This record gives sequence, structure tokens and C-alpha cells, in this order.
Amino acid sequence: MSEKNKNKSSFFFISKNSEPIFSKKNRQLLTDPLDDNNPITVQVLGICSALAITVQLKPAIVMTMSVIFVMASSNVIISLLRNLIPNRIRIIVFLVVISSLVALVDEVLRAYAYDVSKELSIFIGLIVTNCIVMGRLEAFALGNGVWKSFLDGIGNAFGYGFILILVAFFRELLGSGKLMGVQVIPDFIYEMGYEDNGLMLLSPMALITVGLIIWVQRSRNTKLIEEN
Amino acid sequence: MMEQYLNLFIKSIFIENMVFAYFLGMCSYLAISKTLKNGVGMGLAVIFVLTVTVPINYLIWEYLLVPGGLEWIGPEYAELDLRFLSLIMFIAVIASMVQLVEMIIEKFSPALYGSLGIFLPLIAVNCAILGGSLFLKIKDITNVSEATVYGFGSGVGWFLAIVAIAAIREKIAYSNIPAPLRGLGITFIITGLMAIGFMSFMGIKL
Repeated sequence: MSEKNKNKSSFFFISKNSEPIFSKKNRQLLTDPLDDNNPITVQVLGICSALAITVQLKPAIVMTMSVIFVMASSNVIISLLRNLIPNRIRIIVFLVVISSLVALVDEVLRAYAYDVSKELSIFIGLIVTNCIVMGRLEAFALGNGVWKSFLDGIGNAFGYGFILILVAFFRELLGSGKLMGVQVIPDFIYEMGYEDNGLMLLSPMALITVGLIIWVQRSRNTKLIEEN
Repeated sequence: MMEQYLNLFIKSIFIENMVFAYFLGMCSYLAISKTLKNGVGMGLAVIFVLTVTVPINYLIWEYLLVPGGLEWIGPEYAELDLRFLSLIMFIAVIASMVQLVEMIIEKFSPALYGSLGIFLPLIAVNCAILGGSLFLKIKDITNVSEATVYGFGSGVGWFLAIVAIAAIREKIAYSNIPAPLRGLGITFIITGLMAIGFMSFMGIKL
């Protein structure tokens, strides 16, 4: 009975007597997805957008911010509702929550950053089916408290954004010699015969870049190596 | 007339392949391509769902959401612009169609259900499906039959991609790959190389 009461009091907020807001466990929720449990390179979630919009840094950053917003809010909403959602229709409930949030982001972007929104075209809409949001709702928010779910959402969105920005950094730097649209490779290097690698701008190189990132990550972090 | 549909069909399979040109449906593409059998099952399910949902979403877009689309109810609705609802409408159609398809297959063909069954719920969150509907706005598709052809063609393109990678992954299990690259890493790189191969179709003008 006392156990049940405790759960009830922690329904909206983490109960104060159980653990501090930034306990070690909670901090782990934030840092784990950056490396050991990265959504893209380890959990294989949310690949589509990671590949398609990484030609330049700017859309990648906008995309990351949108995903952070959508993930944090949807995790919180589902975590609040988690005891009310019947198991059978949970996917539809998820989709409704996520697509309303994404529609909001879409409208805001169209109003305040029209050219970026044009560049991202359908990929903002595709956050709805970005498995990273759905996957974390299903795997985490449905069974955990609000604060923890919030941290998990932020953490995973950062882990996702980290890879996104890394890929975009290399593709923009090597592909067009720019970062954020500003030329960074000085002119004299071009005069010495250096040329931009146009292949980096094409979509297949996104896949190969992610493959190489996985290679580097796993040789550093050997416990992630898969059995053949 | 026929030629136009054929062009759209070829274009949606090869030139604008969902996986290699737009990276749509990558998550299930990577997750379910470990064996050829599963790959074929998932591919068939995607073809089916895309063929059904794209024309339905086209009708919804054209007759409910676009300004002027509601004119068939009455002239006073002609100025209503409901385009901001498109995401929610599309995803609702997709989720309910997937549910419906699942029930129909379960009822009429238990054998097919046995092999396809587990993949069907996954399709609701496959971005290739929603992508197909969202692309309707960008590609100039002007009637229902074109939308059907486009949906079917994109499905076939996705099917080809997943079958190809599944076959390669079955073979690659016997090769000696550097340990950190095993599994996911090498799959990414192979997909990249396949995408370079598919780029050779880009020069074709239809």
C-alpha cells in the first residue's frame, strides 16, 4: 500500500524523497545516448533524416532543434498519459501526439525560417515517422516518470543531433569547402590545386560517412562490436 | 497516354528510388534485411500498403485539404485552407489502412499472415509510406491513376532495394570484415555503394 502511494505521488513529478533531480542515474540518461547508446549508430533509429538533410550544416542544426523539441515534449506528454492509454491503441495515440507537435514545428518554421523550411521540404513532416521518437516513446516514456522521460528525450535528441551535425560538418567542409555557408578553406589552397570533392554532396556519401563514423566509434568503444 | 504511366513507373522505381535517392524507410530497411525471407515479406507488405494509401491520400489532399477542394460541398467552403492538417490526416489514413489490411489478410490468408504478420504494424512507422504521400505535393501528380502508379512504383523500388541488401548480407556473413565494422557499419557502406550504382540511372531522361 505504501509502495502504491509512493508511486502515486511520483506520478507528476519525481517524488522528492526518492532521488535528487540530477542523480547519477538521471545524468546517465542524458549522457548514455551520446555514445554507448547512440540512437543512430547503436539503436539504428532515425536514419532517414540523418542521411537526407546533411549536405549542409544549417538544415542539420534546424532539424536537430526540431527533433529536440518534438522528442522532449512528446516524451513528457506520453509519460503523463502513460497510465491512461489502453495498450491496443497506443500506436495511434503516439502518432496523434507526435504529428500534432510536428505540425506545430512545421508551421513555425514556415513562418519564421521559410527558406530553411523549403530546404528541409518533407523531412520535417517525416519526423512523425522518425522511428527515434516512436522508439523512445515505446521503450522509455511508456514506463517511466515525467522527469526521467524528459531527460531521456533530450539525451536521445542530442545523441541524434550529434551524429547529424558531425556528418553535415564533414560533408559541407569536404564537399563545398564551407561551414554554415561561409568559406573556410582559404583561397591559396585552391590555387595550389585543391578541389572540392563533389561526391561528398551526393547522397551515397552520407551513408558511407555514417558507416565510417560507426567504424571509428566501435574501434574506440569495443563493447559495441557485433557478433557476426 | 499509356507511355506516360510507364514513364512514371520506371522513374519511381529506378531514378527516384525511395531508399537510394531519398533514404526513406531506412530504419526498417536496415533492421529487417538480415535474412532474405524477411526482406521479401517486408518488401511485399510495403508495396501493398503504398499502392493503397497513396491514392487515398491523394484524394484527401485534392478534395478536402487544398483551398478550393471543398467546393463540392458548397461554394461557401471554397476558401477553406486545411493544408496544415495534412500530416495528421495522412498518418491517420496510413495507420488505419495498415490495421485494416492486417485484419483482412488474417481473415482470408492465414498463411500469408503468418509470414507477413509481424511486419505489418511496423509499416505504420515506415517513413517510405508517409514519404510517398508527402511527395504528392512536390511531384506534379494530377490524377488518381497517376497516384496509384506512383505508389506502386515506389513500393517496387523499395522492394528491390531490401531484397538486394538482404541477399548481400546473407553472403557477407561469411566474409572476414574488420571487427568494428561488422554488422551495421558494413551495411551502411554497402548501401552507399549500391546508391552510387543507382545514381547511374539519373542520366536517363524520360
